[in-house]
Amino acid sequence: MANVHAESLRMPEWEGGVLPYSVGHKKLGMWLFIVSDALTFSALLFGYSYLRVSTPNWPTPFHLWPSIAFSTLMTFCLLSSSLTMVLGVNAAQRNDRAGTIKWILLTIAGGVTFMGLHLKEWSNLFQEGITLVSNPWGVPQFGATFFGITGLHMFHVFTGVLYLAGMAIGVSRGRYGAEHVEVCGLYWHFVDLVWMFVFPLIYLLSVKMH
Amino acid sequence: MNAHSENHDSHGLSTKLTLSVWVWLLVLTGIEVFLAYIQLSLTLMLVLLMGLSLVKAALIMAYFMHLRFEKRTLVLTLIPALLVVASTLSVFFPDSVRLLHMKPW
Repeated sequence: MANVHAESLRMPEWEGGVLPYSVGHKKLGMWLFIVSDALTFSALLFGYSYLRVSTPNWPTPFHLWPSIAFSTLMTFCLLSSSLTMVLGVNAAQRNDRAGTIKWILLTIAGGVTFMGLHLKEWSNLFQEGITLVSNPWGVPQFGATFFGITGLHMFHVFTGVLYLAGMAIGVSRGRYGAEHVEVCGLYWHFVDLVWMFVFPLIYLLSVKMH
Repeated sequence: MNAHSENHDSHGLSTKLTLSVWVWLLVLTGIEVFLAYIQLSLTLMLVLLMGLSLVKAALIMAYFMHLRFEKRTLVLTLIPALLVVASTLSVFFPDSVRLLHMKPW
């Protein structure tokens, strides 16, 4: 940090010779991707809210037990995998290769557990007749938004797991350094961040009233 | 590239701070689930949940995604643009209320 300040004192930031944001191009690129992807999810969540406001008999089917307990456990898995990711980035910055791989593998375990729980939840919903295009309440928009949004999120978790696996292999071969791991971590935290909006909007606002 | 990134990326979050951010995120999630348990009105619930979620998102971005320790310019480039564009999507809400009251079908 001190070094960065020293550089920016020496030369005006936008006149070249200094990276204006003081981050490498990989990290800046990942941040730009994250902003655009955040807008994709924003659009989907706004679309869900639009449909929900305009549909008077929108179903709120989730019981606290087991549905909400289940999705809370999924939230715990994602949050904890973010924690292990931070520890992995820290290990990478200490050049602790074995530690980095260990924490990345734990992060993958968190992501895989999340996906396993999510797929189990989906299959339970399918058995109750709640699918992408139909459900017992005759409000097909419910399934379309629920499976659309959670499905796109799960796809992000899936690609994140692949990304992490590639990172673990690359780190073990000495191909990837701390910056690579950090950029991968940014993506993983973003997947966690999106869930922080999906969980309350899709699950907690759909708790069955008694 | 490597020499450059080692210069300013070498200050990882302390494990203690990381753990306390994680605990806070879990506590805020717990509060959200509790709000669902006590069953408030939909509007109040929406406001409270979004408020808590924004705090959680801020914690994740500031500490896990390291934004608190980046140059202010990066934060000012990324976050206001994101918030403004996302807020612009609210322009559709009057139409959803219209749809609720004046269904064309």
